[in-house]
Amino acid sequence: MMDGPQLSWYLVLSAILFTIGVVGVITKRNVIAMFMCIELMLNAVNLTFVAFSSFFRDVTGQLFVFIVMTVAAAEAAVGLGIIIAIFRNRESLDVDEASILKM
Amino acid sequence: MSLMFILFGGLAIGCALAVVLQRNPLYSAISLIGVFISLSSLYLMLSAPFIAAVQIIVYAGAIMVLVVFVIMLLNVEAEERKRPRLTFLFPVAALLAFVLIGEVAFILYSVKPARTPGPADIGLTKSIGVGLFTTYLLPFEITSILLLMALVGAITLARRTEILSSVSRLMTGPYVPPPEREEPIIKAVEETS
Repeated sequence: MMDGPQLSWYLVLSAILFTIGVVGVITKRNVIAMFMCIELMLNAVNLTFVAFSSFFRDVTGQLFVFIVMTVAAAEAAVGLGIIIAIFRNRESLDVDEASILKM
Repeated sequence: MSLMFILFGGLAIGCALAVVLQRNPLYSAISLIGVFISLSSLYLMLSAPFIAAVQIIVYAGAIMVLVVFVIMLLNVEAEERKRPRLTFLFPVAALLAFVLIGEVAFILYSVKPARTPGPADIGLTKSIGVGLFTTYLLPFEITSILLLMALVGAITLARRTEILSSVSRLMTGPYVPPPEREEPIIKAVEETS
């Protein structure tokens, strides 16, 4: 039965990638780096979807991946717009300095 | 196949670690492109060629170009090595590592060896198109509305007009004052801070 990668291998790889993304979001201080770590987490979830879709012979997972990619593109457009707005106002991309909403 | 999985999976993990560990955001972006390309190879191994192509085109092609463009535009410098902030998050990190180990153990214990991905035609463009336009037509249309909203939102955020001008007094550099507008919203917040 070792004639190729099993489903669990893909799931473990996806879990590792997702955790690396979470660690990046927690530890990074730059807004753009945090944004890229969020993209990494989205890709880990996409890998899970495609693995299940391929092993269970169902196309639904790949349709979800398609929609997730669309949401990621929208998120990139709006998020980078917000980043540019923050940089205009603060002259910095440090998330610790954008704390005007904090009481 | 197993060798290919180990190769591209290891490449994905290595590039993901590089994304987190690099201090220059541009190097992080290039490492992230490596993650995308190795994941696309994994999608090809999973017999999903359409998703693999879309991964390359949308992620490595569009999103990362946008990110690199913003990095170049804003002239981002590398993070300097400060003292570690948020030291209370170290227990959270330990908890996350524990959750990951538990998750991996659960997956290896409970996931049965399923059918191997054979020569299925589910990953082809035709079947994905049929699925998008029959069963999942409503999410597809909602996605188009979402893209329209993102378009409008990005244009609204990125241009400097009176929509942002209540905040933009904090800006340096030349700045066209907005037309007559009574009592900026952000004024009270600034005076207290």
